[in-house]
Amino acid sequence: MPADLNLRLGLPGSDQTDVDAAKSNKRASPEKAEDTASNGVPAAKSADDHETAPAPKAQIVGWPPVKSYRKSTAAAVKKAEAESGMYVKVSMDGAPYLRKIDIKLYNGYSHLLTALEDMFKLSIGEYSEREGYKGSEYAPAYEDKDGDLMLVGDVPWEMFMSSCKRLRIMRGADARGLGCAQ
Amino acid sequence: MCLFQSVMNYLPKEVLEHVFDFLTSHHDRNAVSLVCESWYGVERFSREKVFIGNCYAVNPERLIDRFPRLRSLTLKGKPHFADFNLVPDGWGGHVYPWIEAMAKSGINLEELRLKRMVVSDESLELLAKSFPNFKSLVLVSCEGFTTDGLAAIASNCRLLRELDLQENEVDDRKGQWLSCFPESCTSLVSLNFACLKGEVNVAALERLVARCPNLRSLRLNHTVPVEVLQKILVRAPQLSDLGTGTFTHDPDSETYVKLKNAMKNCRSIRSLSGFLDVNGRCLPAIYPICTSLTSLNLSYAPGIFSNELIKLICHCKKIERLWILDTIGDKGLGVVANTCKELQELRVFPSDLYGVGNTAVTEEGLVAISAGCPKLNSILYFCQQMTNAALITVAKNCPNFIRFRLCTLNPIVPDAATNQPLDEGFGAIVQSCKRLTRLSVSGLLTDQLFLYIGMYAEQLEMLSIAFAGDSDKGMLYVLNGCKKLKKLEIRDSPFGNMALLSDMGKYETMRSLWMSSCEVTLGACKTLAEKMPRLNVEIINENEAGEDKASCDDRHRVEKMYLYRTLAGPRTDAPDFVWTL
Repeated sequence: MPADLNLRLGLPGSDQTDVDAAKSNKRASPEKAEDTASNGVPAAKSADDHETAPAPKAQIVGWPPVKSYRKSTAAAVKKAEAESGMYVKVSMDGAPYLRKIDIKLYNGYSHLLTALEDMFKLSIGEYSEREGYKGSEYAPAYEDKDGDLMLVGDVPWEMFMSSCKRLRIMRGADARGLGCAQ
Repeated sequence: MCLFQSVMNYLPKEVLEHVFDFLTSHHDRNAVSLVCESWYGVERFSREKVFIGNCYAVNPERLIDRFPRLRSLTLKGKPHFADFNLVPDGWGGHVYPWIEAMAKSGINLEELRLKRMVVSDESLELLAKSFPNFKSLVLVSCEGFTTDGLAAIASNCRLLRELDLQENEVDDRKGQWLSCFPESCTSLVSLNFACLKGEVNVAALERLVARCPNLRSLRLNHTVPVEVLQKILVRAPQLSDLGTGTFTHDPDSETYVKLKNAMKNCRSIRSLSGFLDVNGRCLPAIYPICTSLTSLNLSYAPGIFSNELIKLICHCKKIERLWILDTIGDKGLGVVANTCKELQELRVFPSDLYGVGNTAVTEEGLVAISAGCPKLNSILYFCQQMTNAALITVAKNCPNFIRFRLCTLNPIVPDAATNQPLDEGFGAIVQSCKRLTRLSVSGLLTDQLFLYIGMYAEQLEMLSIAFAGDSDKGMLYVLNGCKKLKKLEIRDSPFGNMALLSDMGKYETMRSLWMSSCEVTLGACKTLAEKMPRLNVEIINENEAGEDKASCDDRHRVEKMYLYRTLAGPRTDAPDFVWTL
């Protein structure tokens, strides 16, 4: 049988050395738990081997060793998030590519803005009804259902969540037009 | 008989008892009881606190017989790897027989602390009704009970001071357990229900807090909103340990202002946890108490961004114990290193349990901490990668480690810089840290590391090994070298019969040995069980429950083996899938 048709235990991308390791008493790379009933174990290689085990994408039972209570708490949080995604694109003037965020994750404007500041490494400044966003060259704007470009923060949060289609962080001259002080 | 011996023999029992009163550690009390029969007798009648590290090592009757004045009992059940789903449900660790036996014998039980045990509602009901002086119940990583059991405790334990539920799996019956504390209950000092999933009656909670002036420790669950937290803090400004419920609300609201003021008034808070659902922008409310905090647990709060965490940490100059998620990043750990000069214990948990890990922390963060925090003695660190050079530096900076647990997210990852095994790095740790009692290793590791451990880890009591080693030699180095070893747990490593059987007497000096997915065969386990009647050698075989045991081939590898020393013989409550040889 040609070598490339040999079935073998091992992660994709690993080479022939894995097969030899499997044939000796050493173990093969980690496999999915249901396939091998946790028999899959990486070969304990000596320094001479060139092989470096790639990060296992498969789940090993009980690894990383985190208490199941902690795992289930984290899973509950993730599940709650995943069930109700409300993803919108976020563009920033001058940035080469866009990002996507799930508005449902945030419970208010301040939370959202902090996240945007963190994501784009910038400072947005304080919101005021009269002057928009003071103290920075950036202004967060969004495109609503009608296609109009609106300043973030004017309407109640719930209304914003249901009408926001897309976010845009404006900068410089354009931002000033939205009532942002210099 | 020399003069000294005759004097000692004639010391009245009351004098001995008085002297023994000053011995508080179990270790010391165990030691004096071995001196002579007379001391054994005095000690056993005066002992009030007993610690049993493995509930199957001895049976309840023997405990009661030896220590009739027992008031406080600590029991541990399942093996440690049960935390990571390696032990199937139904394995055992039931507390009921213990409670039943103590109730029947008229033991005046006041405190019960359980870890990794199965606690049924019936047990809790029996507990609540049998011991009129019962004061303190602490359940850690237990399961099997519901809020009905808690209601029984609340209703019946008139003198209850402490109800501390840590990380248990509790079936929430959405009942009114908290309302079951009678109006006459004013003795609570500590109440922790953070692990409960369901709502509690917040009015009852507020009234309970108001009538318990000695309440020092309160940990709420995620259903308790901020408005209630604020009211509670106003009623109980004397709290020293607080676990918040949710911590998310509009920072511009009146509630937030009230909360901030209430927090400022709580000048005794030294320990903070919770933030189970948090809006990072609300964190400034806690800045006033941060300056005196000694313990902070943010490991259940994934919603805090790294920059918010860093701002918070800057206020925490007196922190001694910090539990955090790896979202803090290496940079954040650098801030911890610069700020938290009193830090003794650090735990960094993984935030991304199912992916490969985007942020996470690396060896850089660990090195920074070791350089900046001279009092560091205990660490649990989940990281993306590690290097020998980093570990060697850490070993040099921190020779005082008592507990060192490092977990690389890829269990066999080599040194990130050199691609070598991490033997030298961990070797440096055991060589430098002469007081090390607990060690967990991970990454690419060969027998060489175990040679180092056997040579240098003289105080080591607990060792956790996964996906490591090349041959039986590795395990032998450890068994031969570590004289104080009590617990050894090994998974997915090529250790086999030769290592297992080389020094069978060793296992009677240890509490337990766990080996799963190793090279040990059924035949070898049978040999061990036969030669060592005071060990229980359990084979856990969930795939073949019910299969005829006689037909099992002795040459077959054993999937999971758990052995422990015991005076109680093979246990009578083992399920089908556990075979005691």
